[in-house]
Amino acid sequence: MKIGIVCPYTWDVPGGVQQHIRDLAEALLALGHAVSVITPADDDSPLPAYVVPAGRAVPVPYNGSVARLAFGFLSAARVRRWIRDNDFDVLHVHEPAAPSLGLLACWAAEGPIVGTFHASYTRSRMVSATAPILQSALEKITGRIAVSEAARTTLVEHLGGDAVLIPNGVTTERYAMAEPLPGWAGRGDGAEPRDGAGAIGFLGRMDEPRKGLQVLLRAFEILAPQRPGLRLLVAGPGDADDVFDKVSPALRDRVVVLGMISEADKVRAYHSVDVFVAPNLGGESFGIVLAEAMSAGAPLLASDIEAFRRVLLDGRAGVLFPVGDAAALAEATAELLDDPARRKHLSAEARTAVRAYDWSTVARDVLRVYETVVVPGAGVVESGA
Amino acid sequence: MPSRLVDVLFWIAVVFLVGVYVSWRATRLDRLHVRVETARAALDAALVRRAAVVLELAASRLLDPATSLVLATAAHEARTADAESREFAESDLSRALRAVSEQPDFRATVVERGDGPALLDELDAAVQKVTFARRFYNDAVAATLIARRKLLIRMLPLAGNAPAPGFFEIDDAPPQL
Repeated sequence: MKIGIVCPYTWDVPGGVQQHIRDLAEALLALGHAVSVITPADDDSPLPAYVVPAGRAVPVPYNGSVARLAFGFLSAARVRRWIRDNDFDVLHVHEPAAPSLGLLACWAAEGPIVGTFHASYTRSRMVSATAPILQSALEKITGRIAVSEAARTTLVEHLGGDAVLIPNGVTTERYAMAEPLPGWAGRGDGAEPRDGAGAIGFLGRMDEPRKGLQVLLRAFEILAPQRPGLRLLVAGPGDADDVFDKVSPALRDRVVVLGMISEADKVRAYHSVDVFVAPNLGGESFGIVLAEAMSAGAPLLASDIEAFRRVLLDGRAGVLFPVGDAAALAEATAELLDDPARRKHLSAEARTAVRAYDWSTVARDVLRVYETVVVPGAGVVESGA
Repeated sequence: MPSRLVDVLFWIAVVFLVGVYVSWRATRLDRLHVRVETARAALDAALVRRAAVVLELAASRLLDPATSLVLATAAHEARTADAESREFAESDLSRALRAVSEQPDFRATVVERGDGPALLDELDAAVQKVTFARRFYNDAVAATLIARRKLLIRMLPLAGNAPAPGFFEIDDAPPQL
């Protein structure tokens, strides 16, 4: 299939939408489809072969922050030419409600157009005033996708209409293999239970109570006195001193706080511990950390919240414990630390279960959307009006 | 008189602009009607495809005869239903699929046999496409109904003879494949 993808934000600035488009385009290329991505970028910036620059983006205040967007006659003309020259079977526009290339593409094209909505805002600053301008462009979108329940709610409430839900993917192979961090033994899967030793991991905002680090610290207070070799690895944004304040002085040298770490070290952290804990108290819609830990094959202990229960297949791919219950977490952790065979089994189950969230699965679902809206023999054409 | 001429020119301009606006609105509405028709064709194709895959599964000897009969009956009903009972028949097919797939070890059993995995993949795709196509169709219907309710469209016969489109409401919750 010949697919044209429109990226609204500058390619070389890191961002969730850009990352999403890159992963999607590469997954579609790997499946053997012809993909062209048009994006705001300088003509001389280094770009992958499948990316076409539409000119420099301009920083403008938009929706409460400064966004780098491409608009104006030059960008419009380039988008129009790109549509005319490529004979796409389907056009996939990202964030079509942003005043950038996506909106210009809707304006310049007729035919099967798929739109993906990423943003979610609880309060609309501008949408109501701009709705009539947007409406006639958005009306042309024949299939709408939202990347989260929140994005879908935003769409329904602010722009009207509905969308199908296809969540973001995880590039599971990025996490599959890594050396443990220096000073850590790594996972003892399959080995004899090491007497009292072992390591527990946590990753997430340390100063955000909903991430539940305080629950894990209380559980560690219960476990550590009985297991002299047990250590706790904590990584994520926040103040290390606040963490140590919650740990009794005798145990402080067994808690290692790494703070913010690089993407590569994050992967190594998942491979450094025997069990990984996600003690979140709620408010998670999916749990990207959980999916990453599963991709790394870490044996998991997670709060029994709706989102985690779904991802962990009701406990088959990881142990669930009652939300906020430190004693139950301590007990479950002890059991798991003493049972290498069970850890190995959970690790394998987690790696299998996370495949449902892999980019290849997401790309397959997006392709099914394309196949639903494509009309045989009639592709995307330049709009007359 | 120059002032008379200005008046005439002014009214010509007003008539022209109103004409442009009305024609733009008519074009938009026309485009929405086309979108509804295209989405409806895609929905019909997705439903036909789903029934065909279910019939193929029923005829594949991968299942026991009773399960095959349940699926074949539901798919046949969905295919032959008239416009009035169509939505009920398609919902029944969704429910039959769920009931069948919720049997213990359904997937494990089917996957073990010959072309079982390929057939399950096809069924999964067909089921998901029904969900997608229905969402897109209802979305197009909603946009069209809103546009048709506007005062201008009701006063001038801009919608032409096109009948007002109706939503397609079925139970399309997917089976556990």
